[in-house]
Amino acid sequence: MDPNLVLLLNGIVSGLLLGGLYAAAAVGLSISFGMLDIVNIAHPAFMVLSALLVALLWSTTGLDPLLLSLLLAPVFWLLGAGLYSVYHHFFERRGDEAIQGLAFFFGVMFIIEVGLVLTLGPEQHFADAAYAATTWRLGEIDLPLRMLVPAATAMAAIGILALFLRRSFTGRAIAAVAQDREALRLLAINPTHIKRLAFGISIAFAALAGGALAVVQPMDAWSGHIFIGRVFAIVIMGGLSSLGGCVVAALAFGVVENVTATFFGPSWSPAVAFGCLLVVLAFRPQGLFGRMA
Amino acid sequence: MEGLSRRGLGRAALAAAITVPAAARGQTAPSGPPIRIGYSMSLSGGLAGNGRPALLAHRIWAEDINSRGGLLGRPVELVHYDDQSTGAQVPGIYTKLLDVDKVDLVISGYATAIIAPAMPVVMQRQMAFVSLFGTGVNADFKYDRYFSINPAGSQVKETFAKGFFDIAMAMDPKPRSVAILNLDSDFHQRTAESARFLAGQHKLRVVYDRAYPPSTVDFTPIIRAVQASRPDIVYVGSYPPDSAGLLRAANELRVNFQMFGGPMIGPHITAQKLQLGPILNNLVVWDVYAPEPTLQFPGMQTLLERYQPLAARENADALGHYVPPLAYAQMQVLEQAVKRVGRIDQAALAVDMHGNSFDTVIGPLRFDAQGEWVEERNLYTQYQGVQGNGIEQFRKAGTQVILYPPRYKSGELRKPYTAGL
Repeated sequence: MDPNLVLLLNGIVSGLLLGGLYAAAAVGLSISFGMLDIVNIAHPAFMVLSALLVALLWSTTGLDPLLLSLLLAPVFWLLGAGLYSVYHHFFERRGDEAIQGLAFFFGVMFIIEVGLVLTLGPEQHFADAAYAATTWRLGEIDLPLRMLVPAATAMAAIGILALFLRRSFTGRAIAAVAQDREALRLLAINPTHIKRLAFGISIAFAALAGGALAVVQPMDAWSGHIFIGRVFAIVIMGGLSSLGGCVVAALAFGVVENVTATFFGPSWSPAVAFGCLLVVLAFRPQGLFGRMA
Repeated sequence: MEGLSRRGLGRAALAAAITVPAAARGQTAPSGPPIRIGYSMSLSGGLAGNGRPALLAHRIWAEDINSRGGLLGRPVELVHYDDQSTGAQVPGIYTKLLDVDKVDLVISGYATAIIAPAMPVVMQRQMAFVSLFGTGVNADFKYDRYFSINPAGSQVKETFAKGFFDIAMAMDPKPRSVAILNLDSDFHQRTAESARFLAGQHKLRVVYDRAYPPSTVDFTPIIRAVQASRPDIVYVGSYPPDSAGLLRAANELRVNFQMFGGPMIGPHITAQKLQLGPILNNLVVWDVYAPEPTLQFPGMQTLLERYQPLAARENADALGHYVPPLAYAQMQVLEQAVKRVGRIDQAALAVDMHGNSFDTVIGPLRFDAQGEWVEERNLYTQYQGVQGNGIEQFRKAGTQVILYPPRYKSGELRKPYTAGL
């Protein structure tokens, strides 16, 4: 096969796998930012919190990092629900959620990071999955399980979430609260309760994303910083409140980054990826799959 | 801030009274107002992984000197503030140290990004300044009271990558092409410049020369592009966790290069050594210390034996082979200069530091006019025979052999690099 074609195919495949990690990181934000209109800038910090807890638990139990993140998800759901209650009580209820709410989540992010340093230290932590050193080969295409398994797990979890949002009454209520919270009251549904539930789900997804991150790379308390810009860009590019759009945008982001890195050098990757975001927004301000208000 | 004389000094004095040998107990206890040494240190933020071990080494030195009667007969107190790994915090910290805390001496925190912002304040007050892991900081300032604890020397372009290329050119057959890959950062741009310069000197064809941004997550396409350019040797400048990502990608892509490595900061950290394990085999890495018999100087082993239990308690780097020896040497330079001068006189200290050599745990040092080491000591080491992920093998000689410079050489190059496969 032509060497350039091999490079291109591998760039696309590795980009899709990277996109899977981005999707895992962005989908929780798609719920909080896209559906609930809560600018949770601390979302990547929750992901790192989970990743470091997974690393800690892995070092004592030896269990698979993704399984550990699944076990952590209910705890994170509770954490998210509790955090939303605080946010609602002090900001949203008073209509102060715009700037003060943003500052609140900034504060949460710093507290998480400093807390992690004080308890776990500033060192890098890691969790080695049993399959992390294995790479499948499909002809000239490499499929490292270090990237493939987290990506596949993320896609499965997102699929289940999509089914829940579409098929269940509570799921549809979450989708509805994004559009018209007052209409929800007419159905005798408490929108605050629904938002608490949904915000818990978004933080539970941060826990799952943390498991994926722990498999992919070592991390420290500040590893979330490199994801902040990307996850917000992905959610906006996909179209706020569109899970499908979020996944497509994440995969596109990964492919554009990796193909650019392969052929034009890694320095161009962020510029080209964020350039694509600008182009999308220029032609579709509502994002790829968003609806016009 | 943690002042040793406040809470810790009492404990240190008690510990010293209990633990120091009878002969040492005969030393006169330090008395009078303490000599206060002020600095910023990265105890949180991205540099904290190396800032905390540096602080532990400083604390060990302070305990040592106080148990030996202090400096000029006075107890030593460390006055430090967390700069949060942010250069913008540093000028304010040094202003406070000098104006409010009235420290007697200042040293730097860890790394170029923290040292450079301190320079204007330190220069304005004409303080002697011993820095830690700063590369080329004084090239522009040209401050005659600056002294660097960093083996890179003042001719970074000519000498930094010399060891890597000297080792490569001694291979049979000689390499004909090189790939240069570096993180887009000040330090790694300088090191890559050295690699380009030396590749030109050795008439090597540069088949890949790119930088990657700090936000890179997936290194697979980068390594694949390097592979596609078919270099004989690959020179990489990276920081953790990039180093881990690059080496993982090299493993997944089954690379086979005659030589691979460079200033890949990452395996220096114990956690990364343990994670990567056999992937490190045959990797040639720039370093500042390796536990080889050719690089043992008085006090080094004792320092590590004291550091490691402390690090285990305080969640710092377990082995302490990277920053602690240099951080301890930083204090030894200050100590020896003050003892020779016999008083706290910044001008006299600077004259002394320029004029004399220093015996430290990392060997004898001498500073040139720019305050860099007269004799650069960029070590190029190679991991050999790493099995599994146990820590004990990294404590022993023979796991990280020194290939360059020849005076410290402790092993022969093994090739190729195949990322543990």
